Amino acid sequence: MGRSINLVYFAWVRERLGVEGEEISLRQGTETIDDVVNMLVERGGVYPDVLSDVSKLRFALDQDYATTESIVGSATELAIFPPVTGG
Amino acid sequence: MIRIEVSACDFDIGAETAKVAEQGGGAIASFVGQVRDDGNLDTLELEHYPAMTDKALRAIAEAAQADWPLHAITIFHRVGKLSVGDNIVLVVTGSDHREAAIESCSFIMDRLKTVAPFWKKETGSDGSTKWIEERDSDVKASEKWQK
Repeated sequence: MGRSINLVYFAWVRERLGVEGEEISLRQGTETIDDVVNMLVERGGVYPDVLSDVSKLRFALDQDYATTESIVGSATELAIFPPVTGG
Repeated sequence: MIRIEVSACDFDIGAETAKVAEQGGGAIASFVGQVRDDGNLDTLELEHYPAMTDKALRAIAEAAQADWPLHAITIFHRVGKLSVGDNIVLVVTGSDHREAAIESCSFIMDRLKTVAPFWKKETGSDGSTKWIEERDSDVKASEKWQK
């Protein structure tokens, strides 16, 4: 059984991908958030447009901020969103 | 005492301030952020990441509590559709001393703007929509508190 992870998207990432989230199976050898993003970009469609420039994106693993180099490990949720603009 | 609330409903500034004051101290600082009129705004929609928001706001409040002698902290943030003049955010801090109350209130707002998972989307009076982008001045304001 391969590992899987829940992806959740917010703001323009959610709008442009057209989904609020999805569960994906992680390929053998997937270690970092960067690996997950690359896997999504390889799917083609809208994914490369939305996710290729990671400088415009922020990430959270199990609701804690993470970077593209962060190890996914046994995390169950990866959130991808633009820089926050609350307050 | 830390009170975190994220709601589509409005807050009562007087009641929230009184709750902080009840915790003692005598120096109460507060900040209220409202939807600004830029001349072309119809609605402002606030989206958030429910599973993370409370955790992120609590972490900011706990960091403030570690750095200033505070009796109480309230952070109230609204979500959903708002109009010009509506309240967005309220921060209230209570301490024995004015400086601690004012500085910690400022710290909480600066951190909130760059760390708490909220996103603003504007709808103009002509129906056009735009996601608000992160501002460099907010990032710098938040970084100045880094030790």
